[in-house]
Amino acid sequence: MTRFEDELKHNNFICSECVKCKHLVWPPSDFCNKCFGDVIWRPVSKKAILVEFSSKDGKNFCVGEFEDSIRVFGTIDGTSALIPGQTLTLKYCNYDEMPKFVFQTD
Amino acid sequence: MKKVAIVATGLTKFNKTEKPLDSLMLSSIKPIFENTKNLEQKDVDVVLTSTNAHKNYLANIISELSGIKPKISHSVESLCNSGTNSLVSAYAYISSGLAETALVVGAEKADNPGLVLDWDMSRGEFKHPIFWASMFTSAHMRKYGTSLEDLAYVSVKNHKNALDNPYAYFEKPFSLDDVMHSKNLTENIRLLDCSMPCDGSAAVLICSEEKATKYTDTPIWITGIGQKTISASFTKNDDLVSMESTKTAVADAYNMSHKTAKDVDVVELHDAFSVCEIIELEDMGFCQKGQGSKLVRDLYDTNNKKINPRGGLIGTGHPLGATGIAQVIEICQQLGGKAEKRQVSGAKTGLVHNMSAGSTSSTVVVLES
Repeated sequence: MTRFEDELKHNNFICSECVKCKHLVWPPSDFCNKCFGDVIWRPVSKKAILVEFSSKDGKNFCVGEFEDSIRVFGTIDGTSALIPGQTLTLKYCNYDEMPKFVFQTD
Repeated sequence: MKKVAIVATGLTKFNKTEKPLDSLMLSSIKPIFENTKNLEQKDVDVVLTSTNAHKNYLANIISELSGIKPKISHSVESLCNSGTNSLVSAYAYISSGLAETALVVGAEKADNPGLVLDWDMSRGEFKHPIFWASMFTSAHMRKYGTSLEDLAYVSVKNHKNALDNPYAYFEKPFSLDDVMHSKNLTENIRLLDCSMPCDGSAAVLICSEEKATKYTDTPIWITGIGQKTISASFTKNDDLVSMESTKTAVADAYNMSHKTAKDVDVVELHDAFSVCEIIELEDMGFCQKGQGSKLVRDLYDTNNKKINPRGGLIGTGHPLGATGIAQVIEICQQLGGKAEKRQVSGAKTGLVHNMSAGSTSSTVVVLES
């Protein structure tokens, strides 16, 4: 299991950040994809923007965007009306053979 | 660069069989050697195989099984647009003068591992392609008022076109009602909005201008190529009502061929899902942005086969490694006047669009008679 997967499993969403240019490298990698600088791990903000959503079997899923750059698919808890551009909070994350992200509306 | 022609083609019926991958490939190569004048195995100096099957040394195995000892042989994998990627590689070998004659063969089994890109962490637990398709669909419905009925017409049209394609997976028509009431996979993707993974194989023989007339009196010329990769992660698509890689690829292909959308008579485009056809028609300039649904409806209402005459991926089936090559074969048949019931009258210029992984990469090829 990678560091990223292990942290997700412990409900910590982390990302690699370039020590030279501060670029957030997503999905995580060993080197910066802008300048090939070395990277360090750092937590990702819990706040996200709803980019788009749909539903399956009555359960909402979406693309959420963190820090103007990191987009992930996740589920959205609850049944409140959704509008792209609204803010979300990452309620929970996990890793069990694949990443799992759960958002809630603010 | 040397001019490059497609001079022979071979295709298998798309279905589900017990045949192994190498046997499928040989089944589409066989008609090329049976039907092409003056062609001998020793003439082929490139063999490229296109598949997602993770088969080691496959191009060399296929070469041996075909009695070919090529200069160059290797596999090409790029998920759903592996087929056109392999064609472009072969084009490069010939146009550069490194080789004269190339056999490009693609094949897939229905259960191939190329359907899901495990690497893409950003997809979270939503790995299956229906989820990225659902995001494109939500965005297009929101911005342009596209309806579920509009989407269904893509499927109805392409299944109807496939009825005239003896190689298609589907052999029966589906009504608007059938599509609208097919199983909901998400709130805006129904089962009949999706292309079907299946077995299939397709092969083309391409060669330099100097060699073309040795093999055929009716070569089809590759006059434009555009390819673009923006990422591997679906979530790097900034705009979910558009396909950035497709827009770049088609612009390059039009530029190389000195053509525009108005010059194109017939198109095979990558309708992995209904929404893809609508977006691609808009992004490749066949209509204004937001008018893709109307164009599809007009094509259906007038029985116009200009777009996806063989039935597209939705009607024909989608054996990943074979799909792009099968699209090319359809356009070759159209430009050669050999498409029988599917024939678009007077077609002289055709376009193939093939893409992968939620349009993170696209290939566009312009062909001319």
